[in-house]
Amino acid sequence: MKPRTKQMTIDEVVGRLESGMTIGIGGWGPRRKPMALVRAILRSDLTDLTIVSWGGADVGLLADAGKIKKLVYAFVSLDSIPLEPLFGLARQNRTIPEICEWDEGMFFTGLKAASERLPFLPMRAGLGSDVLRNNPDLKLVTSPYPAPDGELEELVAVPALRLDVALVHMNRADAHGNASYLGPDPYFDDLFAMAADQVFVSCEQVVDTAGLSVDTPVQRLLLNRMMVTGVVETPNGAHFTTCTPDYERDEKFQKHYARSAADPEAWAAFKQRFLSGDEDAYQAAVADWTKEQA
Amino acid sequence: MSTETKTETGTEISRAEVCAAAVADAFSDDGEIFGSPMGIMPMLGVRLAKLTSNPDLVISDGESLFLGGVPPLFAKGDVVEGWIPFRRVFDVVAYGKRHVMMGATQIDRHGNQNISAIGDFAQPRRQLLGSRGAPGNTVNNRTSYWVAKQSPRVFVEQVDVVSGVGPKLAREAGPAASRFNDIHRIVTNLGVFDVNGPDDTVRLLSVHPGVSLDEVRAASGFEIAGLGSGSDADVSTTRVPTAAELMLIREVLDPRKLREREVPSA
Repeated sequence: MKPRTKQMTIDEVVGRLESGMTIGIGGWGPRRKPMALVRAILRSDLTDLTIVSWGGADVGLLADAGKIKKLVYAFVSLDSIPLEPLFGLARQNRTIPEICEWDEGMFFTGLKAASERLPFLPMRAGLGSDVLRNNPDLKLVTSPYPAPDGELEELVAVPALRLDVALVHMNRADAHGNASYLGPDPYFDDLFAMAADQVFVSCEQVVDTAGLSVDTPVQRLLLNRMMVTGVVETPNGAHFTTCTPDYERDEKFQKHYARSAADPEAWAAFKQRFLSGDEDAYQAAVADWTKEQA
Repeated sequence: MSTETKTETGTEISRAEVCAAAVADAFSDDGEIFGSPMGIMPMLGVRLAKLTSNPDLVISDGESLFLGGVPPLFAKGDVVEGWIPFRRVFDVVAYGKRHVMMGATQIDRHGNQNISAIGDFAQPRRQLLGSRGAPGNTVNNRTSYWVAKQSPRVFVEQVDVVSGVGPKLAREAGPAASRFNDIHRIVTNLGVFDVNGPDDTVRLLSVHPGVSLDEVRAASGFEIAGLGSGSDADVSTTRVPTAAELMLIREVLDPRKLREREVPSA
């Protein structure tokens, strides 16, 4: 007997989301982001989302579309273009009502706490910095155990980053929800999954379970089906972020995105051309644009 | 201002090359820890340190691999001696065997650093990267800063947002914050500084060859300890790289002269 099949469409995934939800987005900055799912959210009428992300264009796009009520992040960057233009505009125009800028390590710790069903975990990051001043909800906790010098240290009690939904993009998955990354870094996708009530995995290719480890070390299987609610095949679905080794970042397109985003007229044209249709239309428009550039 | 200097043998040495050696010197006494550079000049300096003063230094490709050799900047393919994906970086931060050299959009008199936002945090004039790992780095492991273009807009009286925590704020935040706070060096295009001035303030250690104290004063928005009203003769000069270091910088590590993008000559 095989475990149940969880394969679904992009629209079915978005149909499971609700306004007001807390959504964690996997990947890292401009790397292995579930962009096809993000684009589907842009097309939806979802609003008032709390977004938890190591931010890249996912955050810029969702902010621009007015989808974000609250943003939890430690950075937003496109790497080869350091500052994300749409996120910058959103901050400078104050269009995201609630901002939680944390330290990167705190973010990791918050996901760990949520994945372990703990209310918080202690750490040093944040002490002395404006992360505590700008996030007055963050509390300190006094260690019940003395340090070697007898001090009872006061540490940051990082609250669990509990998520309603996690969206991640992997290289391969089976229809049951086992999934592997083939690139250099797992990022934190398993922690996002374990911190969430529902987990949707988009992937480059759905394969048989046996195919997941036939030519790949088993250690690359990051997600187990216990963690996963739904699987959707979205080839090139991380575009324009990396999905190594299936493809690298589309630097030309990213540059086009950033330049367009910096100018209202160019941005309207970009949205019309690339973001006004469904995912197939997006991929076709990108293919056309790429041909024009050649 | 002159950005080139000559050795006794008459070789032209660029300001960028002086900076690379100064960055390398910041890592010379670190022993067997992770030298973690953010940006081109820190990466060049860390690799130079590994090839000269500190062969025990552990270096990475800036992505997810610990490298067994010391390849040129951004070269692919080298002996791999370990795996350091992002999540493990945070493990090493907390473990403490790491010296990070970060950039800084602003640094203030007390060695606090800002990479988060310029202006009021609630509605910044300019949103920057976000605090990234700076708050955690500065209370966990040795931290240095690289500033490619020192100016009164970078060396400010008080940073708009404290991302990296200087020694004074760390002390005020209690023993958990100050126990491992270790702001080691600030290297700029003009000189080398630490934070051991009176009341834990930024202090001048050396000016680069060809840089006057007036230039440093003009590029600083606060009074720097060790600078005072003294004359140029009272302050030490940053050493120039040796012939062997110049060969390593020019022929091995940075043949594409990426260093010149950070600190252009003339």
